[in-house]
Amino acid sequence: MIDINSLSADQKKATRDGFGEGLQIVGQQNPDVIGLCADLIGSLKMQAFIKDSPERFIQVGIAEANMMGIAAGLALSGKIPYACTFANFATGRVYDQIRQSIAYSHKNVKICASHAGLTLGEDGATHQILEDLGMMKMLPGFTVINPCDAQQTKEAAIAIADHDGPVYLRFGRPSWPMFTPEGSFQIGKAIQFNEGSDVSIFATGHMMWYAIEASKALIKEGISVDLHNIHTIKPLDETAIIDSVSKTGCVVTAEEHQMNGGLGDSVAQVISQHCPAPLEYVAVNDSFGESGKPDQLLAKYGLSVDNIIASAKKALKRKG
Amino acid sequence: MADIDNLNAIATQVRRDILRQTHACQSGHPGGSLGCADFLVALYFEIMKHDPAFQMKGEHEDMFFLSNGHISPVWYSVLARANYFPVAELSTFRRLNSRLQGHPATHEGLPGIRVASGSLGQGMSVAIGAALAKKMNGDDRLVYVLTGDGELQEGQVWEAAMFAPHHKVDNLIVTVDWNGQQIDGSNEDVLSLGDLEGKWKTFGWTVLHMDGNDISDIIRVMAEAKAQTGQGKPICILMKTEMGYGVDFMMGTHAWHGKAPNDEQLANALSQLEETKGDY
Repeated sequence: MIDINSLSADQKKATRDGFGEGLQIVGQQNPDVIGLCADLIGSLKMQAFIKDSPERFIQVGIAEANMMGIAAGLALSGKIPYACTFANFATGRVYDQIRQSIAYSHKNVKICASHAGLTLGEDGATHQILEDLGMMKMLPGFTVINPCDAQQTKEAAIAIADHDGPVYLRFGRPSWPMFTPEGSFQIGKAIQFNEGSDVSIFATGHMMWYAIEASKALIKEGISVDLHNIHTIKPLDETAIIDSVSKTGCVVTAEEHQMNGGLGDSVAQVISQHCPAPLEYVAVNDSFGESGKPDQLLAKYGLSVDNIIASAKKALKRKG
Repeated sequence: MADIDNLNAIATQVRRDILRQTHACQSGHPGGSLGCADFLVALYFEIMKHDPAFQMKGEHEDMFFLSNGHISPVWYSVLARANYFPVAELSTFRRLNSRLQGHPATHEGLPGIRVASGSLGQGMSVAIGAALAKKMNGDDRLVYVLTGDGELQEGQVWEAAMFAPHHKVDNLIVTVDWNGQQIDGSNEDVLSLGDLEGKWKTFGWTVLHMDGNDISDIIRVMAEAKAQTGQGKPICILMKTEMGYGVDFMMGTHAWHGKAPNDEQLANALSQLEETKGDY
């Protein structure tokens, strides 16, 4: 078990940096891996992969629909394409292309999407997609992964090459605390960060660090927290969720995404079937974002450490 | 030397199959299917190197992608007649539990199909991906794709059209079914395609013209297209066809784009098309 009190924000790195490192490694390991990008090489940290394997990189230009189709064509020929761009352009902009040419056609395409969520910051709501997890998890057969730090993103970028099927890998822009233990990522397997009996907290993506900080504070107040990182939104680790909620009887979910369609909804589906319990959502509530600093935006839209603490207390109270 | 008479005979049978498929389920798209029968017959029975013992990757064989997936009846018929699956299965077209979905799909495992199509504008991109993979693998076979003309109104087509010349995808032959018609009327009325030849040329493609309802011309132009592959440019063939070709009352109108014949119309249509290879 991880000792959350030993985890600090001293070491920081952007999840997209983790992706770039993972892509380079998987590119070296697997000659079938092909990188595609829609004019965002630097933002997606693809330079190392391209330097290693220029013949396996395809610059598509600002044409994401075409990129998804090309990726499907490469995949049906036995390649493992990593189609890389910002999360907004990797999902909503090309949803029909993904649905028909990739998901319905069972193509082994890895959609790697950076700059997801509010923490994109100053670029504002046009780019801050908060609906992507919901869209992607609704597509039959898709695996949806939202890593929480650079280490986990790196491991996920490597692991998805060996997974046969389409994957949506979602990560972000800002420098962020790095805390997951090396070798801890496994597709579909939640990671327990603290064992407790009063309240379950399930967090994904950047919000995992805030969930750790909130848990530390709650524990200091004498509240026993069962804390899990749910990096794989689909397939969901139902066993981990059911075991935890059966024990605690109340839940908080935390994610940088709309409340509608996100991790919280997925958790609610599971517990409503197996172990009904009060659930509090820490998520964006039916709103677009805006320009600002990542921490300012998370605070304004109800995604702070304090929001998680307050939600945990509310869930506990509702449990009675 | 191609046996043109035999290819024409197959195309006539394919036309019967198209009419009978759409009549049986009272849905589907006979017009464009009839117009493209000669092209697809020439492609599968003369032009392409392909193996009905279908393998998805298409290694060391030519690959075909149908972007305008709504003309599935012609593709299904040609695939069946080329031994990809039993011709009897054509009777299941658009029915529950069939592999012959309304629009082509891989989901049910129908041999010959490599990607779903129907939502328009996507086939060229997929074909480019397959063509790039062939180049990476040192496979010198070609990738063919058929697209509709109305379909060219989709923006993704022009993303692909810009990409292929830039990346010298010269193992790709795109054919446009230029019948001038779409659901709501003529291309000219709905949204003019303008100078189609000029558009492709300025995007950097080698452009050829073909009569898509003349098998001899198809074979001649496709040979010319093949000869021009490997020279740094993708190839686009503007193929003039007539929607509904082979059935007099279905020609010269867009009315049969997505309408099935009734009993009387089927009988009339079939009387114009000899049963050359045996109905399913």
